[in-house]
Amino acid sequence: MRQKPVLLAAIGLLCFLLLWEAAPRLGLINPMFLPPPSSLPAAFMKEFRSGIWLQMVGHSLGHYALGFIVGAGLGAILGVLTGMSRFLEDFLAWVVRLLRPIPNLAWAPFAIIWFGVDQAAAVFIISIGVFWITFFAAHGAIRTVDRDLVEVAEAFGFRTGWEKLFKVLLPAATPGILIGLRTALGQAWMAVVAAELNGVSGLGSRMMQASSLLATDIVIIYMLTMAALYGVMDAVFMFAQGRLLRWKP
Amino acid sequence: MEAVTPAIRIEGLSLTFTQDGRRTEVLRGLDLTVARGEFVAIVGASGVGKSTLLRVLMDLAKPTTGTVELSPDPDAERPLALVFQDARLLPWRRVLSNVMFGLEKSSLPKAERERRAMQALGLVGLSELAQRWPHQLSGGQRQRVALARALAVRPAILLMDEPFSALDIATRENLQDELIRIRRETHKTIIFVTHDIDEATYLADRIVALGGKPGEVRSVRTIDLPHPRRRGALALQEISMAVKADITADAPARDDWVI
Repeated sequence: MRQKPVLLAAIGLLCFLLLWEAAPRLGLINPMFLPPPSSLPAAFMKEFRSGIWLQMVGHSLGHYALGFIVGAGLGAILGVLTGMSRFLEDFLAWVVRLLRPIPNLAWAPFAIIWFGVDQAAAVFIISIGVFWITFFAAHGAIRTVDRDLVEVAEAFGFRTGWEKLFKVLLPAATPGILIGLRTALGQAWMAVVAAELNGVSGLGSRMMQASSLLATDIVIIYMLTMAALYGVMDAVFMFAQGRLLRWKP
Repeated sequence: MEAVTPAIRIEGLSLTFTQDGRRTEVLRGLDLTVARGEFVAIVGASGVGKSTLLRVLMDLAKPTTGTVELSPDPDAERPLALVFQDARLLPWRRVLSNVMFGLEKSSLPKAERERRAMQALGLVGLSELAQRWPHQLSGGQRQRVALARALAVRPAILLMDEPFSALDIATRENLQDELIRIRRETHKTIIFVTHDIDEATYLADRIVALGGKPGEVRSVRTIDLPHPRRRGALALQEISMAVKADITADAPARDDWVI
């Protein structure tokens, strides 16, 4: 059966959808609590025609992109620097321990106070969510670079920190940093919903609005929207990663 | 040896490591002068400080005492280049780009760097593998690329740190002959570290035997036999045995032991 994994996956998904369809139709679950998948296309078209869907997706993608760039960018830079410098690592050791365990949602009150109910608040919360993942991935990746390769750089005259960083450390650490970025890519979507819960316009706030009106079909549409967006991004990411790491055996 | 111009003069070189408060003396009072164009092999058991000596020459380690004096060579662009025991190619660069690595320190235009790298690859016989990734090469090919990378920067002296010791016998002997050919074509000064005495006698003009702990020069023997030499020739075997005896001989009596 190994030769048809795609077919098997399709059958699995179909079974899942059938089960989902059957549960409310057979009266096992109140359709209000779990709308059957067959009701979703109509709900989606309605949401789409009203223009709300595009607008919400647009807002959330904006928060997502900015939050990801700021959080992952700062995380990667700081991770690389602390990975290169013992001094910086020791200097920041307790600052990291202090801030690391705070969930990004716990920052929400400050986000609102500092930035207002505004896109900057959402970006702030999302970037905290992805910062740590990228930070630790980059730190670990730099730390575990083969010392022998750094010595090659030194032997050929690349003696400054910058030269070693760009000639050896960064390329050698790229696989590890990419693992962190990929994890962050998914984590950022969770952060998007969380960041928009308190009213910043986007998928998250729209879902909250819909659920308070018991419009569960709308909630599910946005859930699936997020899954689809993540799926596309992850596929693009994997493609780019494959290009970047084509030197790997 | 023709008119003897020293390429490098090492005098009174000693090195003591300090780690966790413990001092380990690795090299003591090493003197060595290598003439331009000469092939000197440094032999000795592992731990005798052979690699450390190369690291000091490359300025990757600081000697405790002593001086290293390199005479400027008008034909060279770099004083030294090192070939490591394991090829240490950068896995994210193609073969050609690996050979260009050392040249990126210079201000040469990219086309010129590429031309020189191709030239060096040609010298080691790997021109057609220029676009491969390192993981697609055999151990011997990888070591050839490492040699090309060192030659490409046009060093006055080529340092080699047990470059063939990780290879199988057939590949090793093949690369030894290649090295002799490359030396004939480039007239490089070569300092070649190995623990394989037969390899040293087959390749070198002179063998410096290190022994003891800390490592000291036990003997310096000149091999006055022309290339190509015959592997296992009686004359070579005799030299090998003499060098082995030099290394294993008891250290000369001394009263200055530091415990």
